[in-house]
Amino acid sequence: MGSYEYRRYPYRRPAELDGKNKRHPVVIVGAGIAGPTLALALAARGIASIVLDEDDTVSFGSRSICQAKHSLEVWDRIGVARRVVEKGITWQQGEVYLGDRPIYHFDLASEAGHKFPAFVNLQQYYVEEYLFERCLAEKLIELRFRNKVVGIRQDPESASVDVETPDGCYTLEAEWLIACDGVRSAVRHLLGLPFPGEAFDDQFLIADIRLASGFPKERRFWFYPPFHPTNSVLLHRQADDVLRVDFQLGRDADPEEEKKPENVDRRLRLMFGPDVTWTHEWTSVYTFTCRMMERFVHGRAIFVGDAAHVVSPFGARGGNAAVADADNLAWKLTRVLEGNSPASLLDSYCSERRAAARENILNSTRSTDFITPKFPASRAFRDATLALARDFPFARAMVNSGRLSVPTVQPGSPLDTPDGDSDWQRGPAPGSAMLDAPVVHDRGGFLIDHLGQGFTVLCFAANAADLPDLPAGTAGLMVGCEGPAPAGWTSLDDRDGLLERRYDGREGTVYLIRPDRYIAARWRRPDAMAPASALRRATGHG
Amino acid sequence: MTEAAAGALRRSLNLAHPDEIYNAIVDAHKDLDDEQCRAFDARLILLLVNHVGDADAIREALAAARPEGEGKPNDR
Repeated sequence: MGSYEYRRYPYRRPAELDGKNKRHPVVIVGAGIAGPTLALALAARGIASIVLDEDDTVSFGSRSICQAKHSLEVWDRIGVARRVVEKGITWQQGEVYLGDRPIYHFDLASEAGHKFPAFVNLQQYYVEEYLFERCLAEKLIELRFRNKVVGIRQDPESASVDVETPDGCYTLEAEWLIACDGVRSAVRHLLGLPFPGEAFDDQFLIADIRLASGFPKERRFWFYPPFHPTNSVLLHRQADDVLRVDFQLGRDADPEEEKKPENVDRRLRLMFGPDVTWTHEWTSVYTFTCRMMERFVHGRAIFVGDAAHVVSPFGARGGNAAVADADNLAWKLTRVLEGNSPASLLDSYCSERRAAARENILNSTRSTDFITPKFPASRAFRDATLALARDFPFARAMVNSGRLSVPTVQPGSPLDTPDGDSDWQRGPAPGSAMLDAPVVHDRGGFLIDHLGQGFTVLCFAANAADLPDLPAGTAGLMVGCEGPAPAGWTSLDDRDGLLERRYDGREGTVYLIRPDRYIAARWRRPDAMAPASALRRATGHG
Repeated sequence: MTEAAAGALRRSLNLAHPDEIYNAIVDAHKDLDDEQCRAFDARLILLLVNHVGDADAIREALAAARPEGEGKPNDR
């Protein structure tokens, strides 16, 4: 089944089997989306890692297909985003139907002037293939296929994993062990850690089919469509003329029956009519859970992505949260490994990404409750909302077929310096993700092109004399400044005025932007010590 | 909750002709079966809630409408 050719990546006999043992800074378990993204983000900062995977190929099935803008921005910095955009289907609009009538339309990128679109749909196997290729070309990363973790021991200084290979077992010692091994995380099981949460009973059928269609590049969601009148259907386009059709089946469906090609075809025939032909790419019947670990850091083991938290698929909050986890962790782990920050900086990975996971689970659970009401009154309000949506705009806004992933807000992080000034009209507050905007510069036409692997000071000032002192290790971006840039600063031309508008960038305004593109602090006119003090706090010295 | 502790939710009469409105609501349900009543009420609540627009008043109303001894509205 399917047109994607799953290539087998080579297994190589690990050096440890021949007695060559040493302690590695980072061992990552799991080569899905999170693991290779983290390895590449670490390598970009000079940190070596070993990535272990029990398999030797990419994800089977298209699985997580909606790659969000914030993930593309992470992958841009590790050289993968361009391929994802070129291969995938760019989209930003969605249409929700009741029966065959459109009742709600959304546009996720109403304003132009961003390097990346709201979403690119691309099958997970392609994303993993591109990540693997970059990892295999990277000297600091060793990607070990057919290496299965079967045991873990921890002491205060390190973690050791027992690894099974076709040539036998060996032990690998790491300063930090990063579990990126998915919802059924072996690391979590081996450490006996709980994964509390909620399971949902409704079953869904994914039929990914190859079908050249004239469907617009948008997300479509139907409640009670004529071709599936008892439930809902979700439609996405993917690369290679593949369509994702996701049928809600209800609680009582028989998954084995539903998976049979003739039964899948019968549903598809009702949807697409008698004259259309297709081939099957991937079929899956699934239920889902919302779960989150109580802590994401356990001694020397750190949990990332689905290993740490899972949500329902409505809203594309699984794979994208995993990428955001990796981006949050990479710079912190680098600082800790290099001795520039205390290990307690990693506690903020846990608190910030747990807050993000809570937000994702809340949103995903609300969507799930709307799509699959659990009790009669819930269904009555859902249907009332749908019925009112045609004539009443307020009800359209309540129609919840999935609230799509945007960067989560991480308010109250101990790394952030709260606003001291109160006259902000707009602009990302501390704890929010930075906003992209177009700039004129020969090294890149967008703000995100000018953010490096470290902290960035963004300053709106007409005169170079008004720029604040750059704290050590930060890069300066100055906007609206005449004349040559002083040492450490890059001058950006805000031709369209969007930087100033998006950042409420009045004269003297300064932002401190973290390596993961979150805002750590901002000021109208910082006093001399303020940026350095905010930087200390943001790096765990606060 | 006593009158003194009241917050955003209005507790005194706010209708010029209360009997008329009361009977209009009841009459609107007259020819509906239970399931239709539930659907009707859900639509009515959503329309009125959006019209009220005051989240604090709505939350107070949710709490006040819940009969005593049947748990809090968020116990689910």
